[in-house]
Amino acid sequence: MDSSGLMLEGVGLRFGGLTALSDVSLRVPPGQVVGVIGPNGAGKSTLFNVICGLLRPDTGRLLMDGRALRRLRPHQLTRLGVARTLQDVGLFDGLSVLENVMAGATNRARAGFASALFGLPRSGRDERRLRDHAREVLDELGLSGFADASPPSLPYAIRQRVALARALAARPRLLLLDEPAGGLGPEDIDKLSTLIQDLPRRADHPCSVLLVEHHMDLVMGVCDEVVVLNFGRVLITGTPDQVGDDPRVAEAYLGTTVEAAA
Amino acid sequence: MNMLLRTSPLRRVLLTALAALLVLIASQVLDPFRNFQFATIAAYLCATAGLTVLTGLNGQLSLGHGALMASGAYSVALIQDAFGGRRLAAGWILVVTLLGALAVGVAAGAVIGLAAARLQGPHLAGLTLGVAVIVPSLATTFDALFGGEQGLPVQAAQPPLALGATFPYERWQVWLAWTITLPTILLLTNLVHSRLGRDMRAVRDHEVAASLSGIDVARTRVVTFTVSAGCAALGGALLAVLTQVASPGSYPLTLSVFLLMAVVIGGLDSLTGAIWGALLLVALPDLAQSVTGLFSFPPGEAQRWEGNLPTAAFGLMLITVMAVAPTGVSGLQRRVVRAAADRWRARRPNPGAETP
Repeated sequence: MDSSGLMLEGVGLRFGGLTALSDVSLRVPPGQVVGVIGPNGAGKSTLFNVICGLLRPDTGRLLMDGRALRRLRPHQLTRLGVARTLQDVGLFDGLSVLENVMAGATNRARAGFASALFGLPRSGRDERRLRDHAREVLDELGLSGFADASPPSLPYAIRQRVALARALAARPRLLLLDEPAGGLGPEDIDKLSTLIQDLPRRADHPCSVLLVEHHMDLVMGVCDEVVVLNFGRVLITGTPDQVGDDPRVAEAYLGTTVEAAA
Repeated sequence: MNMLLRTSPLRRVLLTALAALLVLIASQVLDPFRNFQFATIAAYLCATAGLTVLTGLNGQLSLGHGALMASGAYSVALIQDAFGGRRLAAGWILVVTLLGALAVGVAAGAVIGLAAARLQGPHLAGLTLGVAVIVPSLATTFDALFGGEQGLPVQAAQPPLALGATFPYERWQVWLAWTITLPTILLLTNLVHSRLGRDMRAVRDHEVAASLSGIDVARTRVVTFTVSAGCAALGGALLAVLTQVASPGSYPLTLSVFLLMAVVIGGLDSLTGAIWGALLLVALPDLAQSVTGLFSFPPGEAQRWEGNLPTAAFGLMLITVMAVAPTGVSGLQRRVVRAAADRWRARRPNPGAETP
């Protein structure tokens, strides 16, 4: 069986008496965009946090390209080829845009403490390499003009894009996007949509995408496959069309099951 | 070339050499008492620079840096003692004692840093405050080892005979102190401008985003605390050599607080702030003395004023800085320099091909 890409098998997590995730299985194959949707509290963010190692699942397995992600700590994620953006953008406000993107490429830094302390050429070369690469990513996302800017001075849509650049600087094979359309206007959402669709197809370092999003048009427009979560369980998995037509999805969103839960 | 000079470690080495030259000149010009003060600025600068890196760049609050300075001072006294009565003039003994003090500070920093890696804000302040409270009382409790309230004597570092028998002692103190401090600052500047410096600031700004960017948050914190503690211990060791004593009275809890106030007033976001901070720590008591000298107080009252005025002035300064210029003196300095540069550029019709 093909096990490339990200695989979740029977992942479950409880907070005290509350079941946050239960028997969640999904796969993000290389070259695909997979969306996760579901009503508020369905477990979408929890799912992301489990994949990133911010939370440990009680049951189940996570695999990246067939390798089990056991006792994973968040900072090791980029080394395994997985990068993630945050819902709150989460830029480093005290760093320039360029430095933010360089920080995203930390997984490829080689020079250690001693060469940094003594200002050895090795450290300088390393930094130049990261800086050049960060500039390339900024170019690709049309952000070159903002390289020296301080994040708090930028409009929200640009900051959102810088956060994306920072994640891409790690050269991930899988990119996790946590509600990237939140707070964006229609025009910016269109741009974002084009960008996401291009990621698996770009010539250098293509990456697959796992997307958590409320904005239905975006999800339906860019995803190859959609996973619907409800009460921590996978309700259905299918193409956008299949999911859109399924009555259970509308039911979950319109809340006829809320009474049963309450 | 300009670009190379601006970013390369070479530029920092040149700047350090320039600073060394200025120190050399100053040591010729200043009178013995001012020279002694100038030397103590170097000692405090080690500590304030370390604290600026920790608090300003990495966002870790330490209320225990005075105690870390004390650990350096006592290390010097104890290591000297271990060498027996041998004259410190043998230069290598001085080097060994200072390295020993540095090692003790680094070890203490690693231990506190490991404990602190998972703590934040008030919890970390609490932990380091505990250290600041415990260390002086340890020194008084185990008086057989640490000499109680009197502390331990530290041998003066005599100028080498090669400089001549009449070489002023205070000038030698300046040379010695700045010979240690300038390279320390150079190394810290290298570190601040490296990937590790960026990691420190990233961790300060957004912990989760930092770890998702591949930065080991806990490791970055521990490394920063260790470096910072090493600097503080080295500063304490220098101060002990300069004042020839390591006593609990020299490193009270208030020193930790003053160090923190000094770096905040100096400006937390650059090492320049640490220089202002160190200057302030040494100059303020002196200034207070001159101010009270202007009035004709009865002797007892004058003493009271001199004792309390620096503290009050320090507090007032902190309040003013927080309210008016949160980036501290170094932030103000940057703004003034930038404004001057703008004006200078505006006067010249063609700014040329230079880009910022």
